[in-house]
Amino acid sequence: MRVMAQMAMVMNLDKCIGCHTCSVTCKQAWTNRSGVEYVWFNNVESRPGQGYPRTYEDQQQWQGGWVRTRSGRLKPRSGGRVKKLFSIFANPKLPSMQDYYEPWTYDYEHLLTAPAGGDIPVARPKSLLTGADTKIRWSANWDDSLAGGNEIAAGDPVLRQVSDRVREEYENAFLFFLPRICEHCLNPSCAASCPSGAIYKRSEDGIVLVDQDRCRGWRMCVTGCPYKKVYFNHRTGKAEKCTFCFPRIEIGQPTICSETCVGRLRYLGLMLYDADAVAAAAAVKDEHDLYAAQRSVFLDPHDPAVVAAARQADIPDDWIEAAQRSPIWDLIMRYEVALPLHPEYRTMPMVWYIPPLSPVVDVLRDTGHDGEDMGNLFGAVDALRIPLEYLAGLFTAGDTAPVRAVLNRLAAMRAYQRRINLGEPRDESIAAAVGMTGAQMDDMYRLLAIAKYDERYVIPAAHAEDAHRLEQLGTECSLDYEGGPGMGGGGPYGQGPFGESSGTPAPIQVETFHMLRERQTSDSFTDPGDEPRRVNLLNWDGKGRPAGLFPPRRDTSTGGAGIDEPGVIDTDGSAR
Amino acid sequence: MNVLLWVVYPYLAIAIMVGGLIWRYRYDKFGWTTRSSQLYESAVLRWGSPMFHFGILMVLIGHVGGLLVPKSWTEAVGITEHTYHLMAVFIGTVAGFCTLIGMAILIARRRLTGPVFAATTKNDKAMYAVLAAVIVIGLWSTLRANVVGDGYDYRETISPWFRSLFYLSPDPEIMAGVPVGFQIHIVSAFALFAFWPFTRLVHAFSAPVGYLTRPYVPYRSRDTRPGLRPARPGWEGPPTAPSAQHKPRRTRR
Repeated sequence: MRVMAQMAMVMNLDKCIGCHTCSVTCKQAWTNRSGVEYVWFNNVESRPGQGYPRTYEDQQQWQGGWVRTRSGRLKPRSGGRVKKLFSIFANPKLPSMQDYYEPWTYDYEHLLTAPAGGDIPVARPKSLLTGADTKIRWSANWDDSLAGGNEIAAGDPVLRQVSDRVREEYENAFLFFLPRICEHCLNPSCAASCPSGAIYKRSEDGIVLVDQDRCRGWRMCVTGCPYKKVYFNHRTGKAEKCTFCFPRIEIGQPTICSETCVGRLRYLGLMLYDADAVAAAAAVKDEHDLYAAQRSVFLDPHDPAVVAAARQADIPDDWIEAAQRSPIWDLIMRYEVALPLHPEYRTMPMVWYIPPLSPVVDVLRDTGHDGEDMGNLFGAVDALRIPLEYLAGLFTAGDTAPVRAVLNRLAAMRAYQRRINLGEPRDESIAAAVGMTGAQMDDMYRLLAIAKYDERYVIPAAHAEDAHRLEQLGTECSLDYEGGPGMGGGGPYGQGPFGESSGTPAPIQVETFHMLRERQTSDSFTDPGDEPRRVNLLNWDGKGRPAGLFPPRRDTSTGGAGIDEPGVIDTDGSAR
Repeated sequence: MNVLLWVVYPYLAIAIMVGGLIWRYRYDKFGWTTRSSQLYESAVLRWGSPMFHFGILMVLIGHVGGLLVPKSWTEAVGITEHTYHLMAVFIGTVAGFCTLIGMAILIARRRLTGPVFAATTKNDKAMYAVLAAVIVIGLWSTLRANVVGDGYDYRETISPWFRSLFYLSPDPEIMAGVPVGFQIHIVSAFALFAFWPFTRLVHAFSAPVGYLTRPYVPYRSRDTRPGLRPARPGWEGPPTAPSAQHKPRRTRR
């Protein structure tokens, strides 16, 4: 047993309203730069739908993930090492820009400079690749909320897999949203595909990162990832991917997408797993067994033997304690309501999903039935084949039994809690029908419905003593500050002598995250004992008046303003 | 003049290349990439790029064989000059045309595809000019010597001179009698070597041969960064549970 810790996420799809706040804040934090205009580390897909990039789930076409060979071993679906090296000069399975979408902007300048005339000026779309006029044909969420209808949704690779009979029932359109980030897999096929060895899994927290200094732009990772969550920066010529917001995670803050999630549907926590068992679990013969196989590699952090082994593996005690409080452990292992996304890719993904019950409830309500009644819900879960088989295509390689079990648990929780809401006595039989106790129902309800910030995000901060001596190795920050190497164009590093973004990298400033966090969590506007100070306007949140921000105030007796009033401009124009 | 062209200049070019590569690697690891344009355009690249790259690799092997292996060695294993010459001209011409056509496709693609041309820097254009010159002049000299003339045995002149550069006893006199075409090819090739570290061609030096032997998934530890929590010594953790204590202690890896 080789214990390793993995930062993991669970998303409760019942709560996703498809507002794209996670995508937008992630974009602002990480990919708001030239070269990655088309890149969304976090995107929200409408289901059914083609996804982003288009039909990425069709592995017959895109060749992502692993396949099990006849000898029972795994190899990347797009080919082993030799084949990869021979196709290095032109990757045959790389999605084109059009499969994502051609990024564009608008000619806003024209609105201001157009000469007066009879027509209202129009800001025409311009391609960000060529600067020429363009026609917008597709985007990261072109088919949002089933826009485009059957015509586009019919291209959904998961929908194509389910039986024809189910597809005929498609008139009962159902819809839910699927937010996606990098899965930070236990068995990452992007890392396995990288000829340079630039993509690595961090041994402390399992976050999968691209070393920007070692990436040579061979583009094999884009093909290797079945979720298409590694992207090619077309200006710097390097691969970039979701970082699990590691600078935030390292100081105990949730990822940006989690922090800003309006529906509070994301959970973050640690999972302990047996690294020695991963390879065998990912290579089980029957795809339907992959869900159970992945659960089997997780180690119970409450088990004393596991705790002892974890200590021996140099996992700090507060990390073990955090693993014991992990909401991820509860959702995956204790309540068994979270499922992995596409386990059939054999990458052992670590962002799991609680499948949505709401399509079932909606149909019941729309047909005049009681959507909270357990009997109705159980019957509907079985009768409404679309959600069940479709969800199974997403989460369990097509095996409907685990999905049915999860939906039944969620349905039972609804029925059980409604009785409590209405003041009726608790009905243990409801809990027993899905193999749980009433107390467990209460705990699960609490975690799913009312868990606070600290319960949803259990993130132990990183320890300096874990840190390796490889200094400055963490140039994962392609992803840089304004004017930095990643910003392409402008700034001291923007136009190095070798084109876009050449030059030395700038290290990530963890301390600014610390400052930000202190300010966010402190009660006072400015902490008094911190003189003399420099004012960092990047961190200034607009609260109060940090000393040094304004010049010293003149004597109040000559002016008229009170001591605590902000400086105002008098009618005679002199500043107070 | 001979000394300048066949001693000083090659050493200068090699020095610039080696020094430049070291400097570039230290200063600009982030810029060390293929800068692939496949995302913009894939259909033409699929033909041009493998043709050019496999062609140039064959050309490289041919040059290594022709320049570094002394004539006496090949004759010692029974390959006559005539056999060697036939083989070299045949394979070399195929590889050369492969390279040339691939390069023509790639340059045409670069000029004609909007996004690819927009992503082309001045540095790239200069590099293409030098690279094309080296390839075209080399191919042309070879063809001229073998089609119009009756072949030229560069292994009697150019190869010994080239090797003498590495023995640190360069012999510029041999090069004086070499046909002008080959002379220009060699001079432009050393210009390309000197230019090499400062162009996108550096990606040739990161050919990922290590991929063949490394494990599929690399693990790495987090690097040291200021701001992470400091170590707190003196605390060994709560006592271990009794069940775990009975188990034999595992040795640390």
